[in-house]
Amino acid sequence: MMEALECQSITKIYTSGLIRKKMIFGAKNVSFRIRRSEIVGLVGESGSGKTTVARMILRLIEPTSGDILLDGESIFSYDMHDYYRRVQGVFQDPYSACNPFYRIDRILHKALNLVSNNLSSAEKNDLIRSTLKAVMLNPDEVLGRFPHQLSGGQMQRILVARALLVGSELLLADEPTSMIDASTRAGILNLLLDLKENRGLSILFITHDIGQAQYLSDRILVMNKGEVVEEGATDEIFSRPKHSYTKKLLASAPRLYEKWEWEPEEV
Amino acid sequence: MAGALLEVENLKGYYRGAFGVVHGVDGVTLTLEGGEVVGLAGESGCGKSTLAELVSGSPPRNLYYEGGRIIVDGFEIYKIDPEILRKEVQCKRMSYVPQASMESLNPVKRIRKFLLDVMEERIGEKPKNEEEVVKMAAEHFKKLGLEPWVLDRYPFELSGGMKQRVVIGISTLWNPKLLIVDEPTSALDVVSQKRMIKALMDLKEEGIIQSILFISHDISTLRQICDRCVVMYAGKIVETGSMEDIISSPLHPYTQGLISSIVSYEPGKRRRGRYIKSIPGEHPDLRNPPPGCRFHPRCPYAMEVCKTEVPPVIISEKGKREVSCWLYSRGGK
Repeated sequence: MMEALECQSITKIYTSGLIRKKMIFGAKNVSFRIRRSEIVGLVGESGSGKTTVARMILRLIEPTSGDILLDGESIFSYDMHDYYRRVQGVFQDPYSACNPFYRIDRILHKALNLVSNNLSSAEKNDLIRSTLKAVMLNPDEVLGRFPHQLSGGQMQRILVARALLVGSELLLADEPTSMIDASTRAGILNLLLDLKENRGLSILFITHDIGQAQYLSDRILVMNKGEVVEEGATDEIFSRPKHSYTKKLLASAPRLYEKWEWEPEEV
Repeated sequence: MAGALLEVENLKGYYRGAFGVVHGVDGVTLTLEGGEVVGLAGESGCGKSTLAELVSGSPPRNLYYEGGRIIVDGFEIYKIDPEILRKEVQCKRMSYVPQASMESLNPVKRIRKFLLDVMEERIGEKPKNEEEVVKMAAEHFKKLGLEPWVLDRYPFELSGGMKQRVVIGISTLWNPKLLIVDEPTSALDVVSQKRMIKALMDLKEEGIIQSILFISHDISTLRQICDRCVVMYAGKIVETGSMEDIISSPLHPYTQGLISSIVSYEPGKRRRGRYIKSIPGEHPDLRNPPPGCRFHPRCPYAMEVCKTEVPPVIISEKGKREVSCWLYSRGGK
């Protein structure tokens, strides 16, 4: 299996203060690989550095040290255009990722125009319609509408469709379901699984929801205080966690069929 | 404990604005006994928070009380004088912690000062012995797993989980019988979520609060704390039952769909394949709710009668289970 992306001990240090400098490690020596057609789950509590890693991969912030490779080449050597054609993100709030004054067709056409100017408009329309169908949306229902007229689940699908339109190979999904209700969340998760299998999409799935990470991921990375404390196959991590932090995290996950056990030393 | 602490009868509350009338809560009946922890579940927009705002006695300006009764520990809150409501109910018997209330701490005041302000508002004058009040609060905060130094911090110096516990702490200072918490854990990660719930359970065990109405969209969280669960959909209650029953044998098609759409963590080997399913369709627009059963456009078992007539509330023989669905009425009508 080929590697899509490789992070080589990336570190991000945030400094604050003018005279007495205070250093905070947003991420500390994070190394991992994402293979083609693989879903890697990145879990950890808030402030553990999950999003910092995602932002570095999306080139929104630069790592203090370390390198990120896409197909063996540093992502910072890519042209921005080429890079974002291959790597796209889906975030918590889908409404903030679209221009609220544009209709959905315009949003999608604009994305498509970035990559292929030589298609006729009929071909473009066909491509958009077929992509919308691939994310289980009815094109007649969503095209011509404004973002605020669609539900969170529909908008999240639009964003996935937009990433597919530009032909991305790697999708960074940062808590994509946290704003979506349980009853429609399942559809998004199943969609990501389908895309992985049918289109060979690689996904970095960032979440604090252990249940969702277990459902989707092939491999799991556990982060705590900016460091990856444990990495391994999903079943391995969830059945035999080694690191004490992973154990604590798993013990905190609410389960549907069991009640929590209370340990006296907690709280 | 005899007698219900909270009785809600055929409650209606609508939002009125330039955009039309939104039937936020439309005929809700529910009781909460002393000593009970009741969970209120449902997806966003189903009226969970609207119900809580109405019960709190201080609904937002665009939410209008349209009928029905709410009785909190013997006080019918929309009949009595607002001053009595404030003094006797809101300051003594009931505490309401709204959604995102951890952002309601004053950002430019230390927790200690904020606490004294709240006390002043409550008793109508400056507390005579400030040190004593603070000492009492420190004692109380300990039960929530908060160290006394928290009192000398500004809100921005505390983590989200701590702020949430500070808010719960301040709102339970005068031992209210009923605590209404709206999504207290949804902004927290799993570790602080667990700590939060533990704090609530400790408060109940210590007898500081008697009953909790816990509002959350996350059934696996409700599972950890609630005895009974009420499931709402589109402004109405669709099913009520013990937490175990709701999870192991949901009756209403909506509850069934909700339960089967949940991905919860399972220790050990996971199940393979796409075993979770979403409910097709969208939550209806409550400006114009569908006639008959409000779930019928999304229901896999919808019959003709569901489209026109409102389903009856069917109470099971033990009286512990209520479901509002035509599937269970005798002969299907």
